[in-house]
Amino acid sequence: MARITLDHLAHAYGPNPQGPQDYALKEIDHVWRQGGAYALLGPSGCGKSTLLNIISGLVVPTRGRILFDDRDVTTVPTEGRNIAQVFQFPVVYDTMTVRENLAFPLKNRRVAPATIRSRVEEIAGLLDLTRVLDRRANNLTADMKQKISLGRGLVRPDVAAILFDEPLTVIDPHLKWQLRSTLKELHRKLDLTMIYVTHDQTEALTFADTVVVMHDGAVVQTGTPDELFERPAHTFVGHFIGSPGMNLLPAQVQGATATIEGHAIPLARHYPDLPVGKRIELGVRPEYVHLAPKGLGLPVQVKRIDDIGRQRLARVELGGRPLVATVAEGQSLDGAEAALTLDPRQIHIYADGALVPGLPGGAA
Amino acid sequence: MTKTVNQKAWLLVLPVFAVVAFSAVLPLMTVVNYSFQDTFGNNQFFWNGLGWFQELLDPSTQFGERFFDSLWRNLLFSAIILAIEVPLGIAVALSMPREGRSVAFCLVLMALPLLIPWNVVGTIWQVFARTDIGLLGSLLNRIGIDYNYAGSALAAWVTIVTMDVWHWTSLVALLCYAGLKSIPDAYYQAARIDGASQWAIFRTIQLPKMRRVLLIAVLLRFMDSFMIYTEPFVLTGGGPGNATTFLSIDLVKLALGQFDLGRAAAMSLVYNLIILSVCWVFYTVMTNVDAGNRTVLADSDPADASAVGSLPPATTIPLDRRAA
Repeated sequence: MARITLDHLAHAYGPNPQGPQDYALKEIDHVWRQGGAYALLGPSGCGKSTLLNIISGLVVPTRGRILFDDRDVTTVPTEGRNIAQVFQFPVVYDTMTVRENLAFPLKNRRVAPATIRSRVEEIAGLLDLTRVLDRRANNLTADMKQKISLGRGLVRPDVAAILFDEPLTVIDPHLKWQLRSTLKELHRKLDLTMIYVTHDQTEALTFADTVVVMHDGAVVQTGTPDELFERPAHTFVGHFIGSPGMNLLPAQVQGATATIEGHAIPLARHYPDLPVGKRIELGVRPEYVHLAPKGLGLPVQVKRIDDIGRQRLARVELGGRPLVATVAEGQSLDGAEAALTLDPRQIHIYADGALVPGLPGGAA
Repeated sequence: MTKTVNQKAWLLVLPVFAVVAFSAVLPLMTVVNYSFQDTFGNNQFFWNGLGWFQELLDPSTQFGERFFDSLWRNLLFSAIILAIEVPLGIAVALSMPREGRSVAFCLVLMALPLLIPWNVVGTIWQVFARTDIGLLGSLLNRIGIDYNYAGSALAAWVTIVTMDVWHWTSLVALLCYAGLKSIPDAYYQAARIDGASQWAIFRTIQLPKMRRVLLIAVLLRFMDSFMIYTEPFVLTGGGPGNATTFLSIDLVKLALGQFDLGRAAAMSLVYNLIILSVCWVFYTVMTNVDAGNRTVLADSDPADASAVGSLPPATTIPLDRRAA
C-alpha cells in the first residue's frame, strides 16, 4: 500500500545529457494516488516504458527522486521495493508447476510453507487458476501465463503497486476483454495501485480512472477519460485519443471568432490575447461536427462517406482542408456539395499545440 | 489437385545414389564381407562365419579382452571430458559479457581453439608437454612434479584430457552462450522482482533455457570423444603401454599394423553399431523432449477450451454496447 510520488524525475540513457533532446524522459512531477487505476498511454518510444522501469527500480533516474509514501526509493533496487510487474510477454518459470510459480516470490523471501500454501490457494482462486495449479506452467495459453505472472505479484501480501507493461499484446483478441475485466475486478477487490502502460487507447480508457498521456518523453495531459475526450490539453491528445482523432485546422482567431480559409466560425469563448507568432489551430472532434444539407452551414465538398458500424463519417474538405464529420442517421446526401455545423462549445483553440483556455463569453 | 508423377526426377537423384554407393555402401559391404572371413594375404580368403564376432564379444578371449579394454577406456575418457567440459562450458558462458564491445573479442577468443586442426592440436601439446624442451613439461619437472606423459599412464591421461578440455570446452561454452542470449530481459527483471537469488535464477531460468543446446553439446562432445583418434595418436601413439589406446587407435593397430582384416572388420562393425545406437538414443531423447511438450499441449486443449468457457459473454459485451 503506497502513494508513489515522482519528484522532478527525468532520465537520459546517454551520459552527460545537455539539451531536452537527450532525455528519453523529460522532467515529470506526478503523484500516483494509493489505490488508483492509472493508464500510461502513448505511442511507442514516448518514454512510458522508461518511466515504468524507473518506478519498478530496473532503471535509476538521471535526476529527481521517487518516493513510496514518504520513503525515498530512488536508488533502492527492485527486490527492495514492494512492486510487482507484468511484462509484455508472459514470464513463467517453465520447469515449475503453476503452484510453484505462484509460490516462488514467497519462497525467495523465506515465508513459512504453511503461509505460502494458503496464500497461493487464495490468489489462485482470485485469478481462476485453481484448476491448473498442479500443471506445468509452460504448456498453458498466453492469457493463463499472464495471469500467473500477475499472480506472482499478487501473492506477496506487502505489494504496493502492480505495473503492467502492455500486458495484453500477445493475448488473443477475444480473451483481452476477459483479462481486462479480471484486472478491473481485482482492482476493486484489492485496493492496489495499478499502473497500466499501453499504446492502445481502448485499453487505457476502459481500464483506468486516470489516464496519463505521454508524448515524446513528456506528460502532455493527465485526466479522466472524459476530460481527455472533451478537453484535450494538447493537439497530440486530441489527435491520439478518439477514432478518428480530433479535426485540427489552422485558423486565425480574433476575439470570439475563428476564420478558416475565409470562413468565419463563431466560438463559445473569446481569446483576447493569443500569443503572437505561434501556430494557431482550431480543434473540434468529429462527434461535434455534423453534416448538413447545402447552404445550412460552412460550405464543404464531400469526398467520401465511411460506414464504421455504429455511425457514418463523412470525409469532407473545407476550402481544401480535410475534415471528418458525423453523418446523422437517415440523412441523405445530394451530390458532393454539403455544409457543416459545429458545436461552438466543443471547439478548442491551440497555440503551438497547447490548449489556450480563453475567457468565458462568446461572440455577442 | 492430383500431383503429376514425374519419374524423370529420379534421374536427377541418381548421381547422388551412385556417389553414395561407391563412397559408403561398397566399402561398408567390403568390411562386412571381411568380417566373416579370414585371410593370410595373397588375396586368399577362408570362411569363418560368426567366429570373429563371437571372439570379439567374449571377454575371456585375448581379442575380446583387448576390445573391451579399449571400449571401457574410451567410455571412461568420454565420461571424464563430459564431466569437465559441460560444467566448465556453462560457467564460461555465464561469465561471458552479454553486450558491449568485449562480446566480439570473447567470441573470437572462444572460437580460436575450434579452428585448429586436430593433428596440430596434438602436435602443439606434444611439444608443449615435453619434459626436455616443452614449456609445460619442463616447468612442471623444474618445480618438482614428476611429470612425463611418455612414461606414466596417469600423466598421459591428464595431458590428453587437458588437451581435449582446452580444445573443445569453447564449443560447449559457445552453444550455451547462444542459449543464454535467447533469454529475454523480462525474465531477469521478473526474477529480480520475485526476489530470486543468483542461484535460483540459474536453476529456474538459465538452465531450463539452455537444456536444448546442452543436449546438443553433450551429443556432439560424446560422439567426438568416442571417436577420438588424431590427438592421442600424435601425442602418445596409444601409450605408455596401452594406457591411451582408445577404440579407433586399437582398430587402426589391428587393421593396418597387424593386417588382421577379419578381426578388424568385425570390430569396426561393432564399433559402428555402438555409435549408431547411441545416436539413436540421443535422437529419441531429443525428439521426445519436443514431442513430450507437444502432447501435453494437446492434452491441455480441451481444458483450456473450458477455461475459455466464459468466452461468449466476453465477445457479446461489445456487441451489446453497440446495440445500446
